[in-house]
Amino acid sequence: MSIQVIEETAFNLLKLAATILPPDVKEALRRAYETETSEMGKAQLEAILENVRVAEERQLPICQDTGVISFYVRIGSDFPIRKGIYEALVRATKRATKEVPLRPNAVDPIQERNTGDNTGRHIPYVHWEIFDGDYMELIAFPKGVGSENMCKLAMLSPAHRLKGLKKFVIDTILEAGGKPCPPVIVGVAFGGGLDIAAELAKRTLLRPLDRPNPVPELAKLEEELLKAINETGIGPMGLGGRWTALRVHVDYACRHPGGYPVAVAIQCWAARRAAARINADGSVEYLTHKVG
Amino acid sequence: MDVAVYKLRTPISEEDVRRLQLGDVIYISGIMVTARDSAHRRAMEILRAGGSLPVDLRGGVLYHCGPVVKKVGEEWRVVAAGPTTSIRMEPFEAEFIKLTGVRVIVGKGGMGADTTRACKEYGAVYTVFTGGCGALAANAIKHVQRVEWFDLGVPEALWVFEVEEFGPLVVTIDAHGNNFHERISAEAERRKAQVYEMLGLE
Repeated sequence: MSIQVIEETAFNLLKLAATILPPDVKEALRRAYETETSEMGKAQLEAILENVRVAEERQLPICQDTGVISFYVRIGSDFPIRKGIYEALVRATKRATKEVPLRPNAVDPIQERNTGDNTGRHIPYVHWEIFDGDYMELIAFPKGVGSENMCKLAMLSPAHRLKGLKKFVIDTILEAGGKPCPPVIVGVAFGGGLDIAAELAKRTLLRPLDRPNPVPELAKLEEELLKAINETGIGPMGLGGRWTALRVHVDYACRHPGGYPVAVAIQCWAARRAAARINADGSVEYLTHKVG
Repeated sequence: MDVAVYKLRTPISEEDVRRLQLGDVIYISGIMVTARDSAHRRAMEILRAGGSLPVDLRGGVLYHCGPVVKKVGEEWRVVAAGPTTSIRMEPFEAEFIKLTGVRVIVGKGGMGADTTRACKEYGAVYTVFTGGCGALAANAIKHVQRVEWFDLGVPEALWVFEVEEFGPLVVTIDAHGNNFHERISAEAERRKAQVYEMLGLE
């Protein structure tokens, strides 16, 4: 197999992510539409479902904010290719920007100039992981800035523990209101340190919405937070209703005895992600989307 | 809320927007001009210096949007063009309304007290299109008339769109000082105690 397979797969994943929502997200939006009691909220969800349908049918980006591009890459220790992967992901990003097309969203903040192709210093951003195995897993995760702007991280005091976390989550959601395009998915992570909490909160957004948290205490916390968030009445697009969030996902790391970092990652309803597994023989299996 | 539906064509008169109420639904035909973060900055520099913008916005529609576009031959085609978060434009918008004479603003997520006051004083409304619905919005954009300030980059340029029944747009700030977003926030704030209680917080 050649590096070309990785580039081609990355391009396909960017296109799939931008144009077709994963089935678990579509299902959650449908359920929200069916059970929304506010008339205005329901009208917003109806537009959302119609937009998702049109984008998929015509292979258009679901949202004009095709986001900042990041990839999560897991490489098996026995996977045959390890050289030139980052460069292949950059080439795929440039090609997707031109051909899907994606909106150029990389602005160099020193020159205050749009680079025009979604690449530049640290962009696309890649999260690397090595595991024992012979295949490679690639996830494309383009995330819009409307919801990214509403994410928050706090170094809370360990005196308050889970109560402090719960209050921080609710206050963050209330401050965000309709701005992050609800119904949102809320990723919460606590423990570790500044970077660890943020990394885990973001990564937990990659979990399919129909997959329960394997840690029973966290599954319970997720349900409790979801119910509370949806009691705020912010609703779809902040126009009122019972669906402010579709799901809450929680993860954690062990914490320092003196620290309690909490990160809240907010994902808009257009929760775009696409994953594939590239086998050692060069064959590709798409994990989130039907291809072929 | 008694919802009425209006179809408006640009240029839009003050009378047309003064009769709109919170929750009313409008559809726009005619011209819509995009401007977001950097375009607002530049517009204010020019207008404050007594200059004029490359597009006349009197009676016009301002769209908080950074589209995905594709150039086919010499022509720009709009691929996706939903609204961006309007509150980022709050520091500029009241003065923008005053100096340009714009009648309808289209965005998402709501705007603040300064914009609400300017809408009342100068006769304008703020409306929302469903966030994220880039493909649906592109459907209503028939033609790109021209693009100005292209040096700001594709998302931030001024795109002049010819649109046909662009909507549904929900009026959430009317021309009489009412702001629907403030009502929802106040209601959420009122429920906060109850939400805290659900989570065992005081």
